[in-house]
Amino acid sequence: MTRPRRERVPAALGMLAGLGAAFFILPLAGLLARAPWGDALTALSAPETLEALRLSLVASLTATAVSLLLGVPLAWVYARVEFPGRNLLRALTTLPMVLPPVVGGIALLLAFGRRGLLGMLLERGFGITLPFTTAGVVMAETFVSMPFLVLTVEAGLRSLDSRYEEAARTLGAGRWTVLGRVTLPLIAPSLFAGAVLSWARALGEFGATITFAGNFPGRTQTMPLAVYLLLESRPEASFILSLVLLAVSLAVLVGLRDRWLGSP
Amino acid sequence: MRRFFLLALAAVSACGSVPAPVSPDKAGGDLSVFAAASLTEAFKAAGTGFKAAHPGSNPTFNFAGTPTLLTQLLQGAGADVFASADQPNMQKAVDAKLVAGAPRVFATNKLEIVVGAGNPKHISGLADLARADVLYITEAPDVPAAKYAAQALAAAGVKPAPRSLEADVKGVVSKVALGEADAGIVYVTDVRAARGRVSGVAIPDAQNPRAGYLVAEVRAAHNPYGARAFVDYLLSAGGQQALQGFGFTPP
Repeated sequence: MTRPRRERVPAALGMLAGLGAAFFILPLAGLLARAPWGDALTALSAPETLEALRLSLVASLTATAVSLLLGVPLAWVYARVEFPGRNLLRALTTLPMVLPPVVGGIALLLAFGRRGLLGMLLERGFGITLPFTTAGVVMAETFVSMPFLVLTVEAGLRSLDSRYEEAARTLGAGRWTVLGRVTLPLIAPSLFAGAVLSWARALGEFGATITFAGNFPGRTQTMPLAVYLLLESRPEASFILSLVLLAVSLAVLVGLRDRWLGSP
Repeated sequence: MRRFFLLALAAVSACGSVPAPVSPDKAGGDLSVFAAASLTEAFKAAGTGFKAAHPGSNPTFNFAGTPTLLTQLLQGAGADVFASADQPNMQKAVDAKLVAGAPRVFATNKLEIVVGAGNPKHISGLADLARADVLYITEAPDVPAAKYAAQALAAAGVKPAPRSLEADVKGVVSKVALGEADAGIVYVTDVRAARGRVSGVAIPDAQNPRAGYLVAEVRAAHNPYGARAFVDYLLSAGGQQALQGFGFTPP
């Protein structure tokens, strides 16, 4: 057991670090100071707030479920299968992490919109249109959030000791049994962390959603969209909603750091 | 430099709310103009004309939905001129003591139905917006265009169900231009600015509210002389010509 040494902080370094911390803490303090606490309950129980909250939860949880369904296999392929172009494919499928979300929204329109590559076929063949629907919100959120899950799960799979799986195999377990009884339980922490990270990202999604799915209360107006539009008509209500989103994000980060990211 | 600034400040406060007419030389320098999104193209042209009339001046523009601009002003954003697309938002600025003097109407605008290029859904009037096969979108309730659109629809006795409430008129135009929506109600000037990508269907005058645009000098302006000169320019023959070139009508 070695304890981290207590170090004296050089004055210049401490000052810059303090400035850095203040840069993040001041905006939060501003939000807390200006929030009309007296009207908090009224603002939170307003029908349009509850509707936005409900839609946000439904859409972000669905997006996380889709991310798990498609993202875990993708991560498995990246971690276990050697094939030409793997790095390029991985870069392409994690691009939304660095892409401005509005660009993601435009790209989704050009693929799944009524005149999009696939969207045109969907409308002509099945009468399905995705923009301006809750399904469109889920797609926009999945698009920006799944990469977080894929990268986290891939890292978990790579750091896994493959001897456990080999041992299970030599004891006669089939591929699916090994996956379900050995691999997935062993990477449960990564799965959980990836799911929570991508859920939090989906919950905060704004740019791709308003671009691809538009804005309509109860159908496509999620919390971030409501916050943005309320800022113009009822700023106090928008401050309160901002605090709700802030509390959720903070809870996610604190919870993840303590339990899964291995820091003290 | 500092002394000059203080002198200028003293001069401005001495003038009170009725500053003396501006001579061109004092109107130079940076000028920050906050203007409604629907003024984008026209104000860029007016800015060029203003620069020519006042050498040394450098107007820059912040275009956004009028409510957004009002929020920015309330939060202390540095602006010299505020141009609003409607009266209620300008009134809020007056009530909050954000602007100096009385706001002036400098242009008017009319509504038009924006449809895909060539009008593929054969929309001929407001009544068609309620058709089941027409995907209609509009602006969020606080955007001035949405209020005028509601008046027009009420006058026509039509109640279409919008599929989306976009943050500003440009959002409506771009979704129609992309073909994701079939129709929306925007200003005549927006359709004109996106000519080629969309078409317009006229709304009869009896159903069409006249949208008045108001402009005012910002009380906390860094460049009050420039602000006054810009407002004067908008109302001058040159400024009016620039605005009308984009489909705006005189006050």
